[in-house]
Amino acid sequence: MNDTFDVMIIGAGAAGLTAGIYTSRARLSTLILNEGAVGGQMVLTNEVANYPGVETTNGYVLANTMKKQAKSFGCKIKSNVKITKYNLKDDVKEVELEDGRSFKAKSVILTPGGRPRSLNIPGEDQFKGTGISYCATCDGDFFRDKEIAVIGGGNSALEEAVTLTNFASKVTVVHQFDHFQAFKHAVEEAQKNPKIEFLMQSEPREFAGNGQLQNLTVEHLPSGEKKKLDVEGTFIFIGYLPNTETLSGMVELNERNEIVVDRDMKTNIPGVFAAGDSINKRYRQITTATAEGTIAALSAGEYIRQTME
Amino acid sequence: MKMLQTGIKEIESADELQKVISENENVMVCCGRMGPMCIPVYDAMEELEEDREDVKFYSMAFDNPEAHVIRNAPEAQGFMGLPFTMYYKNGNVAHATSSIQSMDQITSVLDNKLN
Repeated sequence: MNDTFDVMIIGAGAAGLTAGIYTSRARLSTLILNEGAVGGQMVLTNEVANYPGVETTNGYVLANTMKKQAKSFGCKIKSNVKITKYNLKDDVKEVELEDGRSFKAKSVILTPGGRPRSLNIPGEDQFKGTGISYCATCDGDFFRDKEIAVIGGGNSALEEAVTLTNFASKVTVVHQFDHFQAFKHAVEEAQKNPKIEFLMQSEPREFAGNGQLQNLTVEHLPSGEKKKLDVEGTFIFIGYLPNTETLSGMVELNERNEIVVDRDMKTNIPGVFAAGDSINKRYRQITTATAEGTIAALSAGEYIRQTME
Repeated sequence: MKMLQTGIKEIESADELQKVISENENVMVCCGRMGPMCIPVYDAMEELEEDREDVKFYSMAFDNPEAHVIRNAPEAQGFMGLPFTMYYKNGNVAHATSSIQSMDQITSVLDNKLN
């Protein structure tokens, strides 16, 4: 593979793939480097019913269609790579991979996306797949007639808690605050469900079991009192983190480690743009990501034209 | 009938699985659905398929009744997270994992259990 491109895109979620479609269709040689699976957070969505022009689809199909579109215009995509070094400040940007390969480009679009936040408490890794899950749709039916816990207080946590009552005998929602961040209708739906109990102002401290999850220790924050919940399953929905750790010190990040961009998706470094779930914004939707990916691609094209003049 | 929309070959019956693992020294089978925990594993397998000629990569739909051979395998006892991923060497289960696995985790199993 040629190692020099017009545009290099870091990340292959909705924003990155859209940017790739636009730049490669504009005859800019484009490489997408992706550290995870193609599609990013988009593939977490089982049913997509609000993508304009498409009645209903699922995230995987939408991601795969975007990937095919990008490739059809000549965009190169390499996923599951590990990036070890960035040089974004020079006119020619360069990225090095763990396997020793390096790629150069005139412009870079950062679309690293986000990932589900984990609790980072003892037992979480150990019981992943044997009691701890991050996906109710995937694993809910393993917990038929069992008592489980849901961690979190946002829309995902409460909506999934309600879904999980279709399987579990009892669902305990553990939330660190005395109020929920979820929309009112999601809170009301959960509160009126007789199978759901709430442990407010409480945080998980440890998962324990013997091969499979058997209990979860929870601390009530105001009193410091700890109690064990006898649960065979725990579903964790505590938000997302931007995948920007490796970009720290390279581009300007805000206090939430999101990449700071202007309305043209420009970062603080000339020739470097950003889009998608990793930027400073309020709404995280597939439609917003594709829109930002489009703007970033057009801005990158404009930057390349200007620098060639 | 195929139930998964991935780029890797889908095994449709228990007999086909048996044939595959008896005819190939190293086989990885990801048994799942088109869900967020499963898709990253299929994606990693698609990438690996290009480089790892020593391993055959297959998917199998968890909801296919024929997948009972994986769902009920002793090595998958206690598994409560999709996908169930089985690694076979010379026709026997060499390793099994539950739930999402990263490229590094998969590569580590291929290097350590199937070599």
